[in-house]
Amino acid sequence: MSGFYSFKDNQLENNLFLNRIVAAFIAILLLTSGLVIRLIHLQVTGHEHYASLAKDNSIKISPIVPTRGMIYDRHGNILAENTPSYSLEIIPEKTTDIDDTLARLQQLLAISEEKIDLYQKQRKRQKRFTSTPLLLSMTDEEIAKFAVQRPFFPGVDIRQRLVRHYPYGELAAHVVGYVGRINEAEIKTLPPAEYQGSTHVGKLGIESSYETELHGKTGNAEIETNVQARPLNTLNETDAVQGANLYLTLDMDLQKTAYDALGSFNGAVVAIDIKTGGVLVFASRPSFDPNPFVAGIANDAYQALQTSEDQPLFNRALRGLYPPGSTIKPFVALAGLENNTVIAPQHLFCKGYFQLPNVEHQYRCWKKTGHDQVNVNKAIMESCDVYFYQLANMMGIDTMHNFLQKFGFGEKTGIDLVGEKPGLLPSPEWKLAQKKQSWFPGETLITGIGQGLNQVTPLQLARATATLANKGKIVYPFLVDKLVSTTETRPVREPTTDIIPLKTKNVNSIISAMVDVVNNERGTAYAYIFKKDINYQIAGKTGTAQVRGIKQNTVYDENKIEFKYRDHALFIAFAPTDDPKIAVAVIAENGGHGGTIAAPIAAKVIRQYLRQ
Amino acid sequence: MKIETHHDQFEPPSFIGTLLRKLHVDIPLFICLSLASLLSFVILYSAGSQDMGVLNRQGARIILAFVFMIVLAHIDPYQFKRYSALLFGIGLFLLLAVLLMGQTALGAQRWLNLGFFRFQPSEMIKITTPMTIAWYLSGHPLPPRPKQLLIASILILVPTFLIAKQPDLGTAILVASSGAGVLFFAGLSWWFMTGILASLAALTPVLWHFMHDYQRARVRTFLNPEADPLGRGYHIIQSKIAIGSGGIHGKGWLGSTQSELDFLPESSTDFIFAVFAEEFGLFGCLGLLFLYLLIISRCLYIASQTRDTYCRLLASSLAFTFFVYVFVNIGMVIGVLPVVGVPLPLISYGGTSIVTLLSGFGILMSIHTHKKPLHH
Repeated sequence: MSGFYSFKDNQLENNLFLNRIVAAFIAILLLTSGLVIRLIHLQVTGHEHYASLAKDNSIKISPIVPTRGMIYDRHGNILAENTPSYSLEIIPEKTTDIDDTLARLQQLLAISEEKIDLYQKQRKRQKRFTSTPLLLSMTDEEIAKFAVQRPFFPGVDIRQRLVRHYPYGELAAHVVGYVGRINEAEIKTLPPAEYQGSTHVGKLGIESSYETELHGKTGNAEIETNVQARPLNTLNETDAVQGANLYLTLDMDLQKTAYDALGSFNGAVVAIDIKTGGVLVFASRPSFDPNPFVAGIANDAYQALQTSEDQPLFNRALRGLYPPGSTIKPFVALAGLENNTVIAPQHLFCKGYFQLPNVEHQYRCWKKTGHDQVNVNKAIMESCDVYFYQLANMMGIDTMHNFLQKFGFGEKTGIDLVGEKPGLLPSPEWKLAQKKQSWFPGETLITGIGQGLNQVTPLQLARATATLANKGKIVYPFLVDKLVSTTETRPVREPTTDIIPLKTKNVNSIISAMVDVVNNERGTAYAYIFKKDINYQIAGKTGTAQVRGIKQNTVYDENKIEFKYRDHALFIAFAPTDDPKIAVAVIAENGGHGGTIAAPIAAKVIRQYLRQ
Repeated sequence: MKIETHHDQFEPPSFIGTLLRKLHVDIPLFICLSLASLLSFVILYSAGSQDMGVLNRQGARIILAFVFMIVLAHIDPYQFKRYSALLFGIGLFLLLAVLLMGQTALGAQRWLNLGFFRFQPSEMIKITTPMTIAWYLSGHPLPPRPKQLLIASILILVPTFLIAKQPDLGTAILVASSGAGVLFFAGLSWWFMTGILASLAALTPVLWHFMHDYQRARVRTFLNPEADPLGRGYHIIQSKIAIGSGGIHGKGWLGSTQSELDFLPESSTDFIFAVFAEEFGLFGCLGLLFLYLLIISRCLYIASQTRDTYCRLLASSLAFTFFVYVFVNIGMVIGVLPVVGVPLPLISYGGTSIVTLLSGFGILMSIHTHKKPLHH
């Protein structure tokens, strides 16, 4: 029909239209079926997959951080505690622009570039919507300043956190150690589940060696959250197990006495409870305040500590290596008696020096004029070097080495602190293996007076002294006496019964000689220890360790020598002699003669302890 | 020309029946629309986090929309035909006004602020475009000739382009399909339609060139939502999670975790179908689709029963557009179509769209209840 437009064919139009209605209806049904197929695909076939995704979406596992355990000394004085402190925290996702926010905060509160960097580092490795501290331990002024400006800082807030605090500061820093922010390396080694919510970890001392016990067990809560990670309600909760409280064997009053007594000298004092092995004093001087490390110590302050010539960060009691000097003599003498090299009353002759056969070199006694006839008692009391040259020479290095080893020289004591040094008890095998050199007979002589390659830590010296006082029953030093957690209270150490087999007669000879060092007017420490008012006896031995060798035919003159090359002053002691309770080792670096400087320090500690 | 009697079908004998007929209300359509509105309240209560304010505002809009519908149902279809071109012209003028001085919301200029009322001219265009095309084509013999086709195409493309420029791709699609619907029902040849579709496909790269960045991003997202799960793909992924986790039976009313916990964005508006699917499952979805099919069938039936060319072209096009509405929205929510801003008709919260929609149904009722020859 090729009609013109004024003409309309209604029937045709009608049919055409109805056809189109039907076509449209069919198309609509087909397309709707398409939607239905897709819905079946999502809701039936894919249901399980999407249901688990929906669950992941809405349920977050949030850690419940345990409170770190406290650390006390033996009298219950607090060494480490958790104090509430206000910190400035940021949730980066809630700020409008994190960099701008940081820049404005920096200006407002005068925050150092370094802290901003530290924050940025921490921010990058955390989960979304986590609050991370920018400033710890805010001052009242900082809090007030920020409070006024707060509306201009979305996503930034002041939060109260528990911050580790060490009330004794530098006094026990080397023992207790400190906690610091978890760093990159530690993240890799720490169990991730346990440290999910933790910001700090023990870095040094007890804080580090008892990290697991102090930290406790992290609990968790299954929290239903919305898309902003805002918690809506808690579905399931596993409580955290709070960190255990540790009770140390340390006596802080005694520690303070020892630390103060060292005065201007660098050095260390270690005192051990002979009955148990519990460490009463573990002082290393100079020390440092551990508190700044908790919040993150400023770089220049840290550099100052690092580069200081006095090395305040260095734990001398645990890691300081010193020649034992004459303090080794009682042990060498005992070696001679036990090995039947000499008998106690036997006399050796001291003419002021000793020479090996066919050797020019003179091994000198500290007393140029000589000690004349010397037996064990006199040798120890007056610290005759020639007697010990001869004894060592007669005994031989191997016999001497093997005996001294039993007292723990050259080995770690196994104290519950990390980083302990083993020291060095030289032997021909060791020298050949380490230095590829053979042993010279002269080395045996100087080993006999605690010089040469010998190296001991103050802790080793104290421990050997305690073992000697204990008549061969080995003392194992430790610091943590008791662990108190919510579930248990237990001693940390099992008592031990290891014994060095010694003849009582020989031990008594040595001890009586050490008593004479202090109580006989010819003893090297006699003049320096006040003992009129005490009803027990102190036994001891002085030591003077050469820092620099003295040339043949020259005279050591303390006043003419630069301070840092002066001899170290050493003293070991224990008391009471009839029932030994405390053993002490003192090292005062560059202190000169052991009797003058070190002995009074040891005496102070002993007197105070036994007065209690 | 066949003259129809006034009461040749469905004739309730009761008083209420008489009253409804006097009200010019089509009862099956009215019931279906009321059901859908009720459903809207039920889902919005859940999707809007039980906020009564949302329900109150939606209630006010629905009442306004029903008033519009009944008022329009009373107007003789002849009046619509008469003013089609004029209303279309006003609509175009307002569209231009919006482009030049409209208010910007969410980066798009869509509203004219009339002081007491924010008016969206594109809504008006949704109805006046099919009216105008139907008016124009009904003046000529069908199927349309190439000249009429050309003029009709221009009449469709001008508002479509203006709306797409706002930019509001969803409404542009609806406007274009309402006009195209008229052409289809007017008997546009299959060959021609195939040709148009083929050339559209060929023109896709050109279309791509003229798209806004965000529109391109939406297309990219549609093609691969998992490529950017926290950015642009987030909508689609969360929506699919919501629907899929609903399963066959659904999590129950108020049981949607996806929208309740805010993982699903725009859960009250464009993405409300996802909430519905999560809470009522596959069965609920089938029920909702069935309700929509009922409405569309009734509209098509009304169109098929109409003898006047203008009326039936308009009626069928409105029915068709309603389906496009449903299809585009559900299609995008279930991830088979790109995300364009089209609400789920009668259910989604907000906008003037519900008023426009029910106005369309008012016109349909008017056509159905004023069955008499309009002119010769």
